[in-house]
Amino acid sequence: MSDHHIDPRRAHHDMGGLSAPAVDATEHDHALWEKRVDAIQMLLSNKGLITTDELRRNIESLGPDAYDQMSYYERWIHSVAQTMIQRGVITVEELGRKISEIQERADAFL
Amino acid sequence: MPSSEAVEPRFRAGDRVAVRAAYPPGHVRTPFYIRGKTGVVERLCGDFANPEELAYARSGLPRRPLYRVRFRQTDVWPDYRGADSDTVDIEIYQHWLEPVP
Amino acid sequence: MTVDRHEHVASPSRDHEESHRHPPRPDLDDTLTYHRAMEVALRELLIEKGVFTADEIRRQVEDMDNRTPAQGARVVAKAWVDPGYRSLLLSDGGAACVAAGLDRGLYKLVVVENTPDTHNVIVCTLCSCYPRWLLGLPPDWYKSRAYRSRMVREPRAVLREFGTEIPDDVTVRVHDSTADMRYLVLPQRPAGTEGWDEDRLAQLVTRDAMIGVSLPLRP
Repeated sequence: MSDHHIDPRRAHHDMGGLSAPAVDATEHDHALWEKRVDAIQMLLSNKGLITTDELRRNIESLGPDAYDQMSYYERWIHSVAQTMIQRGVITVEELGRKISEIQERADAFL
Repeated sequence: MPSSEAVEPRFRAGDRVAVRAAYPPGHVRTPFYIRGKTGVVERLCGDFANPEELAYARSGLPRRPLYRVRFRQTDVWPDYRGADSDTVDIEIYQHWLEPVP
Repeated sequence: MTVDRHEHVASPSRDHEESHRHPPRPDLDDTLTYHRAMEVALRELLIEKGVFTADEIRRQVEDMDNRTPAQGARVVAKAWVDPGYRSLLLSDGGAACVAAGLDRGLYKLVVVENTPDTHNVIVCTLCSCYPRWLLGLPPDWYKSRAYRSRMVREPRAVLREFGTEIPDDVTVRVHDSTADMRYLVLPQRPAGTEGWDEDRLAQLVTRDAMIGVSLPLRP
């Protein structure tokens, strides 16, 4: 971890001007699940249930390690879920139960 | 009902402005690297709901003027190694800008 | 390091297919990670609650799939052939999109013009703001730490990594897309294209040229 990151006034996502290696320009097609995350966010935004700034703020609130280790759309789905909880569209309990249900469904299939 | 839901613009293209050297937590769209720097207003972009408030599902009203401000790279980075004329243009909300005499 | 640089291959018709020619991410559609499960769960919950339908999701995915840099290229080519359109594009990007039969987009479009003495390049240091309605989804590198950190500080070095050398007598303007604007670079029209129609010109306009990390293809 470089000294630049130690300034406590600089938020982790606010990275303009920090040192970094060469840009790796290899690209990948987006996976279908990633496109669905994007779609979910767009639809919620169109329906006035999320603003771009809520999406951003909930991403910015991830801890530095989470921010760095999660992929772009992992950060997005986490943020959208947080926003829906904050907005009262879903409850923590509902989401927890549903995620378990999905995982059990997948395990049963194997 | 407020008589106006937008704050009046204070600056015009060509005005010298300084970015406030403030460092609050929260959702801020003024990048860290530009705090405390001086530039020139390139244009008034219009007025927009305040993202610092929208981030918490609040209205963000009254709308705030947003400017594109142009900075000389040599003023931003002490060790800048490009051309002297190089610039970085950034959108900054009026409440982050102070006039420079 | 090997880098994928479609922009510099001299076969223009390939470049608009670039988003379909890259290797798919391995394994992601076979393993249900925690976050993938979260996506399924959230989507199902929101459908159950009547927030949206499965059909809306499907249509939105298709809509984004149909957005490619070809839209942006059309706008650039139009500006190259029509000085009146160029003025409109530079003064009111949204109106210019509509005039070209495209969406206005949800954000205000600022088009920045490359000239013989100025080269423009776009970055979003804080996240990944990008003119999606004109260019489709942004490439991974645009969202990367390396690009977001370094482009504002050492643009010429980063441009060099993309194979773009800007001479010292040309000003480099970096635009950090921090708030409600979205940016498109209007590249310079390549020499040797006199008399070309818009469709032919659009073939030279790559996504990377509209971000500003590359120049358009040459005839």
